[in-house]
Amino acid sequence: MSYFSKVLIANRGEIARRIIRTCHRLGIQTVAVYSEADAQAPFVSEASEAVCIGPAQAKKSYLDVEKVIQAAKQTRAEAIHPGYGFLSENPQFAERCEAEGIVFIGPSADVIKRMGSKLEARSEMQKAGVPVVPGSAGQIGSVEEAAALAEELGYPLMLKASAGGGGIGMQLVRDQEELEKAFHSTVQKAESFFNDGAVFLEKWVADPRHIEVQVAADRFGNVVHLYERECSIQRRNQKVIEESPSPFLDESLRQQLLEAAVRGVKEMGYTNAGTMEFIFDGDKNFYFLEMNTRLQVEHPVTEEITGVDLVEWQLKIAAGHELPLRQEEIKKAGHSIECRLYAEDPKTFFPSPGTINQLQLPEEEVRLDFGVIEGSVVSPFYDPMIGKIIVHGTERLEAIKKMEQALAEIEVQGLKTNLPLLESIMRNDQFKSGDYTTQFLEKTEILS
Amino acid sequence: MPSTKSQVLSPIPGVFYRKPAPDKEVFIKEGDAVKSGDVIGLVEVMKNFYEIKAETDGVLESFLVNEEDILDAGQEIAVISVQ
Repeated sequence: MSYFSKVLIANRGEIARRIIRTCHRLGIQTVAVYSEADAQAPFVSEASEAVCIGPAQAKKSYLDVEKVIQAAKQTRAEAIHPGYGFLSENPQFAERCEAEGIVFIGPSADVIKRMGSKLEARSEMQKAGVPVVPGSAGQIGSVEEAAALAEELGYPLMLKASAGGGGIGMQLVRDQEELEKAFHSTVQKAESFFNDGAVFLEKWVADPRHIEVQVAADRFGNVVHLYERECSIQRRNQKVIEESPSPFLDESLRQQLLEAAVRGVKEMGYTNAGTMEFIFDGDKNFYFLEMNTRLQVEHPVTEEITGVDLVEWQLKIAAGHELPLRQEEIKKAGHSIECRLYAEDPKTFFPSPGTINQLQLPEEEVRLDFGVIEGSVVSPFYDPMIGKIIVHGTERLEAIKKMEQALAEIEVQGLKTNLPLLESIMRNDQFKSGDYTTQFLEKTEILS
Repeated sequence: MPSTKSQVLSPIPGVFYRKPAPDKEVFIKEGDAVKSGDVIGLVEVMKNFYEIKAETDGVLESFLVNEEDILDAGQEIAVISVQ
């Protein structure tokens, strides 16, 4: 059964290739849009059709709403898959699709807007009985108001921009002096980066774990979860390694988390696939952090343990079908780990664009979601992630062993990658024990 | 005393910015005095911002690239005249 006859993919690299793969398996034609810098990229030749939408800089191509809409109209695509990043969480883009009669493969513009505001998301989750980090209920208008609130909540606190994301627009404050210093600059940053100066205060959770829940919802009010993903191995607030199930959760805590996530999603009237992000403190209390209203980079670990193709579900839901499975029919088996291969220095994390002169990849017992092939140019204009290595084992240590094996077979020449870091993490005893937090890469001397 | 010229190069490829944010003033204007270590611009590479700093005291004589120009690694960004 086909859900659409032609889908445009408003993205690039590995995720464009991954979406094309599922579309073609389902007999759906695909349209790639690409910038001048990506003309030779594999996703462009793999799509059924391709349209160049402008120069290398993302804001003149991949972030240009009208150029993407124009490409969809010109190729008569019925739907647009936004992937992750770029326009995927832009409510104006979802609205423009709707206005043109093109299906946006994701939730409604209204839900994207509400979840894009951290303050609004917090208050909706509280209403649904989902725990949020203790903090201020609404926008803080002045530095005096912030100081009074801070006294009530108790330091240390995080001062956050309501519209912020990706680690931008948040500042740790440990006392009143730091709060007074940070207040105006955070408001200013929020205004210039996100065009919304609203800020609020949250208790600072020391040394947290980051665990998220994959959810899916259809237009008929059915909401399911597809278990959790453990994403605590991060550098610069960005994930490096993800796994499912989380080694931190026991069955009862897992059930509490999954139920909370589903409760929250029901409350907001969500449709399509999405991710509820939570942090856990050292006492195993969990708090809602934010919702990502799109497909996640790390979705393959969920696919590996459940056997579900999440992109197929997205297409199906967007086409107006019911969820393919009921909650009790979604089973999981084994353990999956994903490593993100970044073109960057493994110690300093500094980006390393260049040409991949040589690329050797493992062939067995591994899933490779890569945006590049041998000879590809990794340009300075986009994210440094060049591919993902995903393994599945019957239990965690077997999965780690398989990952070690897969990484050992990879060779990239021509630019620096974080491969040595990934290999060291797989051999690290603390990682193997499963007892790690988001501070792991900062606190542990992994590469000597 | 005769002045010598010192070039400021970009060590990395990327997109050049003279301002810290779109709605802000430029870091430095042509003709302004500059000290070693002063930030004169940013290069955006793979969603990271790299600060371009002066490596000598002097006067920033001219910029050789414009706002949002695409740079190659090693490209000249500006000329500083050293007294």
